[in-house]
Amino acid sequence: MSRAVTPARKTINTVLAWTVALILFFPILWTVLTSFKPEPVAVASPPVFLNFDWTLKNYYDVERQRDYFDYFLNSVIISLGSTVLGLVLAVPAAWSMAFVPGRRTKDLLMWMLSTKMMPAVGVLVPIYLIFRTLGLLDSRIGLTVVLMLINLPIIVWMLYTYFREIPGEILEAARMDGATLSSEIIYVLTPMALPGIASTFLLNVILAWNEAFWTINLTVTDAAPLTKFIAGFSSPQGLFYAKLSAASTMAIAPILVLGWFSQRQLVRGLTFGAVK
Amino acid sequence: MGQITLSGVAKRFGEAQVIPPLDLEIQDGEFVVFVGPSGCGKSTLLRLIAGLEDTTGGRIIIDGRDATGVSPAQRGLAMVFQSYALYPHMSVRSNIAFPLRMAGLPKAEQDRKVEAAAKVLNLTSYLDRRPGQLSGGQRQRVAIGRAIVREPSAFLFDEPLSNLDAALRVGMRMEISELHEKLRTTMIYVTHDQVEAMTMADKIVVLNAGRIEQVGSPLDLYRSPRNIFVAGFIGSPKMNLISGPEAQRFGAHTIGIRPEHISVHPTMGEWRGIVGVSEHLGSDTFFHVQETGLGAALTVRAGGEVSLHHGDTVFLTPEPDKIHRFDQSGLRL
Amino acid sequence: MSTQASRVAARAMLSPTVLLLLIWMIVPLVLTLWFSFQRYNLLYPDRSGFIGLSNYLNFVSAPAFWGAIINTFLLVGGVLLVTVVGGIGIALLIDQPIWGQGIVRILVISPFFIMPPVAALVWKNMFFNPTNGLFAEAFKLIELRPFDFLGQAPLGSIIMIVSWEWLPFATLILLTALQSLSSEQLEAAEMDGAPPVKRFWFIMLPHLARAITVVILIETIFLLGIFGEILVTTNGGPGTSSTTLTYLVYKEALLDFDAGTAAAGGVVAVILANIVAVFLMRAVGRNLDA
Repeated sequence: MSRAVTPARKTINTVLAWTVALILFFPILWTVLTSFKPEPVAVASPPVFLNFDWTLKNYYDVERQRDYFDYFLNSVIISLGSTVLGLVLAVPAAWSMAFVPGRRTKDLLMWMLSTKMMPAVGVLVPIYLIFRTLGLLDSRIGLTVVLMLINLPIIVWMLYTYFREIPGEILEAARMDGATLSSEIIYVLTPMALPGIASTFLLNVILAWNEAFWTINLTVTDAAPLTKFIAGFSSPQGLFYAKLSAASTMAIAPILVLGWFSQRQLVRGLTFGAVK
Repeated sequence: MGQITLSGVAKRFGEAQVIPPLDLEIQDGEFVVFVGPSGCGKSTLLRLIAGLEDTTGGRIIIDGRDATGVSPAQRGLAMVFQSYALYPHMSVRSNIAFPLRMAGLPKAEQDRKVEAAAKVLNLTSYLDRRPGQLSGGQRQRVAIGRAIVREPSAFLFDEPLSNLDAALRVGMRMEISELHEKLRTTMIYVTHDQVEAMTMADKIVVLNAGRIEQVGSPLDLYRSPRNIFVAGFIGSPKMNLISGPEAQRFGAHTIGIRPEHISVHPTMGEWRGIVGVSEHLGSDTFFHVQETGLGAALTVRAGGEVSLHHGDTVFLTPEPDKIHRFDQSGLRL
Repeated sequence: MSTQASRVAARAMLSPTVLLLLIWMIVPLVLTLWFSFQRYNLLYPDRSGFIGLSNYLNFVSAPAFWGAIINTFLLVGGVLLVTVVGGIGIALLIDQPIWGQGIVRILVISPFFIMPPVAALVWKNMFFNPTNGLFAEAFKLIELRPFDFLGQAPLGSIIMIVSWEWLPFATLILLTALQSLSSEQLEAAEMDGAPPVKRFWFIMLPHLARAITVVILIETIFLLGIFGEILVTTNGGPGTSSTTLTYLVYKEALLDFDAGTAAAGGVVAVILANIVAVFLMRAVGRNLDA
């Protein structure tokens, strides 16, 4: 809106917006603060905000006692792996649906999305047994494939909406210029859709990183990612607030920072292009 | 070479017959314009020739070779799209070089050809820019450059000027005509604008609802349109069409007379009418004359300095040998 | 609009994805169906065989079943209500000209990036804990008796945690939609004499309809499967007061090791989810085409 707003009005709005924002952000802020407190300070009553002896001991303890880094590595491998694998499958599929739509394309997309609606618990037992039979329990490969499959519909949808914005004439021009199908996708489509592919990538890394059903139920230790790591704090270690906070901060920090940088691109992807 | 023959070419989308079987012969080096109202199938016909759509019947023969099932890349044609369809992520240089790169030409050869094309099209100083940094006319030239370097046997243009403003359009029209003179390569050009068709074409193909209404040189079509559709479509302002008793006087169901073939006189003439809106262009004036008793308002072209006002009574006289006569089914008599 | 060749290529490139998803959907579903008619306890693998519908009867007649269904709807409905209404409010607020809009956006979106177990643990211990959680401290400050959130109002507390996780998502999408509303429309309404409330009701809200649909669709997809938050905070309790369908099935399978009954529960969950899905997909399909 181009209308001038009175400074008083703007001040009130600013105060209100910042208050709401800080309330929403407060649990995260509090967690990070607590992670630097000595354990007794963390449970002090009344609570202490800033005037305490800042310490990194909690981080050190968490890494030493709980092998944070192993979990972190698993999280990285599984979330990146599942996303890359998903993209490799989804780029050609989305090309097909965006540029050679058929009568059933819309139904197919809806069907893909509906597979996401299937409650995971409904199929937990068979998947668990299949994994046990195949020796995939607690393996990175198994988990990567599962996360790829549960996010595949979202990857296809997102890419589809991005691809649809690319004018078909440009791909036809490439075809007239003598490009084969693979050069058309590699040299023309992919570079043009790069922003869309990047935000699809980011969102799915975030979703895979935070996925907490399959990652908890299909792993024990070897392939366990950070969700499992955190679940291990549920009790009674959860009462050590400072250590819990340090572990939490370490689990969320990488993805939080990634999310901050990409938040603008994420919105469009998340709505499957339905909201501009 | 660039001789293209369509025989019995037809296209349907599901139930809809977009193009009923049609035959057309395009000679090497000809500038052929497909013209018609929107939705007449002219773009579809061009895309069939390009190979971007499959035909549902008939054969497309390019330079004596049956190209009906051949992929677009292998037909040896180049196309300039309405939206220019430049690759936004590549520089002008890479855009023009793209077809050469796809053909696997050595880098040095690519550069040489790109430079040459850029010189012809006055693009030399823009070679390292992105399409987004160019004006509409420059983008159009890049699109043409990308077509030229392939040295195709024919160029296909799909309404290439419709995204340009009026002034640029006139300039580009001449540039394309000039290019045709220089290259002497077959060009097939699709437009809905009959002015473009008249000014550029060696041969105009008038299409309506997928059918070819008439094929001929611009002046052929202007002088002797084969039916009412062509008569109304070619020429600007449109030909006046009169039916009823006045037409029967000329032994026809409908008669047509172009605005430029009617003379105006204040006191005497064949038809009497009242001046409505007049459009002064400076060089010419178009009068819309009403209440003529002919069942239709007539448009008349007069000199730029003629001064008549809304509500004036005038008398109109057609040039007798410029009257077109059509029968009941709209065909020329 | 394409050629035979490109249609063939398209089918070839689409099929791996479709095939994988089909397998991913069909195989476990068929196995679940099969188990649901079997006597199958992971602790007693030797006692097996076809037992007809008794797993279903077992699951459906369990005292926790109807409670779990009601809890599931309360959880999904409650979170949807809070996030949509709250999201519209916050989006309207942030859309105003304010100082530091970029930072406010980042602060508001942050909870969305927090993994569910972390959110649940932090809320459970550092906020809801009745002896030294922050809420207890706040109650003490105003001299009230601390309230045991997870003990007294377990479902409400979980709704609160999940709403906190999803409010940013709703806000961000609604904000984006709001920003695409042309100011000319609002100015025209103002010229026509519409006061702010009516401008919101008759111009902004209809404009947001599509975005609200999207929020509801996507949140429902994820909310039906809410699991980690319950596992970490209440374990479905006290008693079964915060047990949802998802959690009930999980309990049968991995705590009681009764794979047969769990499978029957899974089938029930799938059927319910499909009923919801059909309604939702219809609504959304229509709204997305427009």
